Amino acid sequence: MRQDTRMTPESRGSQTVEPPPPRRQAPADEIALHGVDHAYGELQTLVAIDLEAPAHSVLGLVGPSGCGKSTLLELICGLREPAAGTIAVGGATEAAERLARCAFMPQRDLLLPWYSAIDNAALALRNQGIGRRKARAAAAGLFERFGLDGFEAARPDELSGGMRQRVAFLRTLIAGKPVLALDEPFASLDAITRAEMQEWLAAALRTDPRTAVLVTHDVEEALYLSDRVAVLSARPGRIVAELRAPAPRAPDRDAAVTDPAFVAAREEALRALRRGMRGS
Amino acid sequence: MGDRGTKRWGGIWQWLLPVLFLAALVGIWQIATSTGAIADALDLEDFLVPSPAEVATALWENRELLMENAWVTLREMLFGLLFAILVGVGFAVAMHFSGFVLRSTYPLVIASQTIPIVVIAPILVVWFGYGMTPKIVIIALICFFPITVNALDGLRSVDPEAVKLMRSLDASRWQRFWRAEAPAALPSLFTGLKIAVVVAPIGAIFSEWAGSSAGLGHLIQSDTANFQVARQFATVFVLSVLALALMGLTALAERRVVTWR
Repeated sequence: MRQDTRMTPESRGSQTVEPPPPRRQAPADEIALHGVDHAYGELQTLVAIDLEAPAHSVLGLVGPSGCGKSTLLELICGLREPAAGTIAVGGATEAAERLARCAFMPQRDLLLPWYSAIDNAALALRNQGIGRRKARAAAAGLFERFGLDGFEAARPDELSGGMRQRVAFLRTLIAGKPVLALDEPFASLDAITRAEMQEWLAAALRTDPRTAVLVTHDVEEALYLSDRVAVLSARPGRIVAELRAPAPRAPDRDAAVTDPAFVAAREEALRALRRGMRGS
Repeated sequence: MGDRGTKRWGGIWQWLLPVLFLAALVGIWQIATSTGAIADALDLEDFLVPSPAEVATALWENRELLMENAWVTLREMLFGLLFAILVGVGFAVAMHFSGFVLRSTYPLVIASQTIPIVVIAPILVVWFGYGMTPKIVIIALICFFPITVNALDGLRSVDPEAVKLMRSLDASRWQRFWRAEAPAALPSLFTGLKIAVVVAPIGAIFSEWAGSSAGLGHLIQSDTANFQVARQFATVFVLSVLALALMGLTALAERRVVTWR
């Protein structure tokens, strides 16, 4: 067992971690959801969601497909409004204010095919009223830092799947928002590229820490990239377990994911998922 | 080497086959008319069934007359298409932005296509005279429809996830339109434009028949009265060349603008 792991026998027994007591003064980046319900018409999608993420932490959301985890992400981003409950991002509860604080990365990379890679990455800056030349210059620095130099002028269809995801992530990062909302960012990639991209994202978040919400169906991905992972049940989605990751974003991914503490946490998350699937 | 050889031959055949087919058709037509076979079968005078050689002669001898009238018809088509694009794209954008505009005008846009041109053309001539105006109105009336419908479809085809993305990346409504929706709609817009370009000559001929003093349609009409069948064929040939040229220009513009497909 590693020193920094919080996996205690008690927590493994109860399979939940008590959320920290709510702070009086929330720091700017904190995400806080209280009693959030959501429904599409008659279809109840989310029930009584309570979640918190401190500044510069990554919150993972895992659950069976159709459980409403993407909807939950859109709620946090201010792209939707809940039926009940409150959602605060950096203390702001209005949808428009949440939208101003979150950068959304959709499931597919959705690079606009009529723009070059660098213009796609700089899209948020252009939308914020910055000129093309300045926006490109700002994005060019990140292209170099994230191993994309030389591909600035490439059209999206000339890039590999992994590179497209990198450009899509840079586009989210360059928006300069305190919160990153990532919706299954690597779901479309093959296993090897996905592992590489997880390492890449971990490195990116180590050098440029942000508050992030990561939706994924991959328990291992969630536990490697997040500080805390919330497991959702099948629809209507409720939180069935909340786990602390043993070694968030460790530089050596292979060592991290084979560590006994990590394996135990993964098994625990999978058990929670199975319980959630049966409907609790 | 062998591969390249077959490939090159494939390329040549792609051009050669339709040319050979056309040449064969013209050849059969030439034989059938010069021997008088068609005229005999239809029990007509020989000059009413011109051979390709006679059509070519008519084309050459009347080149100035044909050019003058082609220029009139081409101007009508270009102005008609210009108005069709302005009105068609304008309608599509207004309908895309406003559900109220969509619900209140879409039925009218469709109804506008049920008006028979044959009925409305003479009325427009009474209103606007024998000049360019009624022609431009008629061509615009039939050409704006495919442009509106296709442009609107294109604007609506935009990925809802892309809309969420643009909203999250601080895009205003207009930035969302210019950076995500309008480019996504361009391929559909060009599809509509190609249909419009093909129906524009039909509109031009109809409107000239309703009343005009010049143009290829006017020429065909007066030649019908004078049994100038060879020149009629030559006029139709010029009209087809105009339509093909407009189509080619549209396809070229599409390739220059929509570079991501």
